[in-house]
Amino acid sequence: MSVLELRDAGFSYGSRSVLDDVSLGIAEGESVGLVGESGAGKSTILRLLLGLAAPRDGSVLFDGRPLDLRDRSLMRRFRASVQPVFQDPYSSLDPRQRIDRIVGEPLRSLGLARGADAASRVEEAVAAVGLDADTLTRYPHEFSGGQRQRIAIARALVSRPRVLLADEPVSALDVTTRVQVIDLLARLRRENGLTLVMVSHDLSAVASVCERTVVLQHGRIVEAGATRSILSSPSTAYARQLVAAVPRLPR
Amino acid sequence: MSAVVEQRIADAAPAASRRRSITLVVGIVLTALVVITAVVSLFWLPYPLNDISGGRLDGPSSAHLLGTDRLGRDLLSQLMVGARIALLVGAGAALLACVLGTLIGLVTAFSRPWVDDTLSSALDVVIAFPVLLLAMLVVAVQGASLWSATLAIGLAMSAVVARLTRILARRVLQEQYVTAARTSGTRLLGIVWHHVLPNIAPTLAVSLALQFGVAVLAEASLSYLGLGAPPPNASWGRMLQEAQGTVLNAPVGAIAPGLAIVALVLGVNFLADGLRDVADPTRRRAR
Amino acid sequence: MTLLDVTGLTVRADAAPLVDDVSFTLDAGDRVGLIGESGSGKSLTSLAAVGLLPPALRVSGSVRLDGHEIVGTPDARLRALRGPVAQVVFQEPLTALDPLMRVGKQIAEPLRRHLNLRGGALGEAVATALSEVALTDPRIARAYPHELSGGQRQRVAIAIALAARPQLLIADEPTTALDVTVQDAVLTLLERLIAERDMALLFVSHDLAVVSRMVERIVVLQRGVAVEEGPVDRVLRDPQHPYTRALVASARALDAALDASEGDAE
Repeated sequence: MSVLELRDAGFSYGSRSVLDDVSLGIAEGESVGLVGESGAGKSTILRLLLGLAAPRDGSVLFDGRPLDLRDRSLMRRFRASVQPVFQDPYSSLDPRQRIDRIVGEPLRSLGLARGADAASRVEEAVAAVGLDADTLTRYPHEFSGGQRQRIAIARALVSRPRVLLADEPVSALDVTTRVQVIDLLARLRRENGLTLVMVSHDLSAVASVCERTVVLQHGRIVEAGATRSILSSPSTAYARQLVAAVPRLPR
Repeated sequence: MSAVVEQRIADAAPAASRRRSITLVVGIVLTALVVITAVVSLFWLPYPLNDISGGRLDGPSSAHLLGTDRLGRDLLSQLMVGARIALLVGAGAALLACVLGTLIGLVTAFSRPWVDDTLSSALDVVIAFPVLLLAMLVVAVQGASLWSATLAIGLAMSAVVARLTRILARRVLQEQYVTAARTSGTRLLGIVWHHVLPNIAPTLAVSLALQFGVAVLAEASLSYLGLGAPPPNASWGRMLQEAQGTVLNAPVGAIAPGLAIVALVLGVNFLADGLRDVADPTRRRAR
Repeated sequence: MTLLDVTGLTVRADAAPLVDDVSFTLDAGDRVGLIGESGSGKSLTSLAAVGLLPPALRVSGSVRLDGHEIVGTPDARLRALRGPVAQVVFQEPLTALDPLMRVGKQIAEPLRRHLNLRGGALGEAVATALSEVALTDPRIARAYPHELSGGQRQRVAIAIALAARPQLLIADEPTTALDVTVQDAVLTLLERLIAERDMALLFVSHDLAVVSRMVERIVVLQRGVAVEEGPVDRVLRDPQHPYTRALVASARALDAALDASEGDAE
């Protein structure tokens, strides 16, 4: 059974339809990449999977049950299990809060831990992403993009989630940092058995971490399958075009 | 260019920062002067306010440092008490404007589009009225007193603060850290209290300082028109009004309160400028 | 003939330099890449080449563009150089184009100024300029920048830059903000135009794969310092400086994932 699923989902911004008839199931422990160009609808899919918006048509399912955004106790359990990592490390951390408060927010708001217990979980999360303890008393502006992204990942991990939904987690980073964060995500998957859904326009990032890839164009799924087969022998024209356009290093 | 490099370029303009520090210092000095005068006036005045023993319209002398008014009262004493009123009404009105304005602004920022539109239009109407006119309306209903002047000015200014808060709050609401707060399970009030308010507070503080200056001017104008605090409260505006008939032969009576108003308003505006630099989050340096 | 001669270029905002003693040359027809991550000073270096640095910065050293010294020269004199000698294409076309002016008019401006065209001849030249960047739809000239897609806007920016027929084109991350298929098309376009007009190219980027396609020689910048320089193939095959090695290794790791026999490579 899928831990998260979209069934015949559609979504519009005002009168403009950005998703149509999308069905996508994420199995526990999987790593799935959502690729496509701008306007393809990949971030919208993540928003639906994160319970930030309700679909216009179709449904979002969590552990097989429809996700009712108004059911508070269901949403609390959902949020503890499904956590996001956002794209812009300069915007995803509240500039006026200390790192320990930032990372601890899910614990407080979801009632998962308090006091000393919460503090130790925060320390644990920050260590898991490879940052020292003195990070905790500082503020976001004191850190680089890559470090901030790690902090964002720590916040996502603190509730001990089952699923990480990452929206272009490395696009805003330099190439050397990109590799470090990708490696971190891969390691966390291995060590914690996390399910990972990663949206990216960067095929090489997806190729590094995701077993399965879903290709989106204009709000529809055009191709889906094992990453390696899509990369080596894409079956649709669009996927072929996408793969061919990726800039490569000379051999 | 990367954010770090841009920050360093922005920090590098030396002439501008020298100018800024001078402004801040002047602002602090001027404002402090007025505040100290007001505080001192609580404990000591050269002459009691209703003492008409001095000659009529005397120029400055050793007995009366600024001279006397047409009733024989000491001008310096009146000026000092006037400082109290300017500060009280200024601060009171600015505070009222801030609290009320922030509340209304937050409500509009979070409400459904049609509610937002209605409230915003209402705010626009209030803003279109000159502060003075609105204040006069309130005073006409409530009668002239220190409290009604404060209330009137505060209400009029709260519309401006509400619009500002609305824009600032909406900008914060678009940041990814607010989305992250939602996915962390934080509910609406938590988001407002922990994320929105702390991030709009610095800009609002600057606005508060500027509103203070507006309020002082508004109070002086109201008093000048006879709608402010009634005697024996010696507002600078009222001093101006009383002196205007005799301004040619006894100019100090008008110049003194005029300069005092300028000093306070300028001082507070310069302070606001200085605050703006301190408050600007983009000036924070990365280590 | 040396088009661009940078010697000991140092740019400072405060105590620590943003660009530190950078030197390189570019002859007519050369294609050179400036490669570096954020904070490397690559954009500043390229801006210094045409004297477009923000006034708050202190610049020392020498930058000779077509023999004329740029450093310390007032802007008025530089303007004459910028058109026919060097032009810049920036990363974000939304901010590089005037949002309130129709696109055709923006292309017409440099054509009028540098080629002295008017009236009908000007209109034709605009149409020709647009068709050279593969924008053949006649409605495009009358459009405003926000009505076009990112790729179209960047093509317009390229058309504007090339209108003055510069000898040197400076491209500062011109495709970073574009989708990957659009990027490919724009890079192909640039390659063609540069070859056709025999222009020199200074290409600034953080993306090694993109740069390796567009240039023959690269200069690697780290925190304002030029740490390595050489033919792009050699630097990629055999990087000497530790920073370059790290950069190339990371780029290769990501590139290799695309050929991976595992999608679950971890």
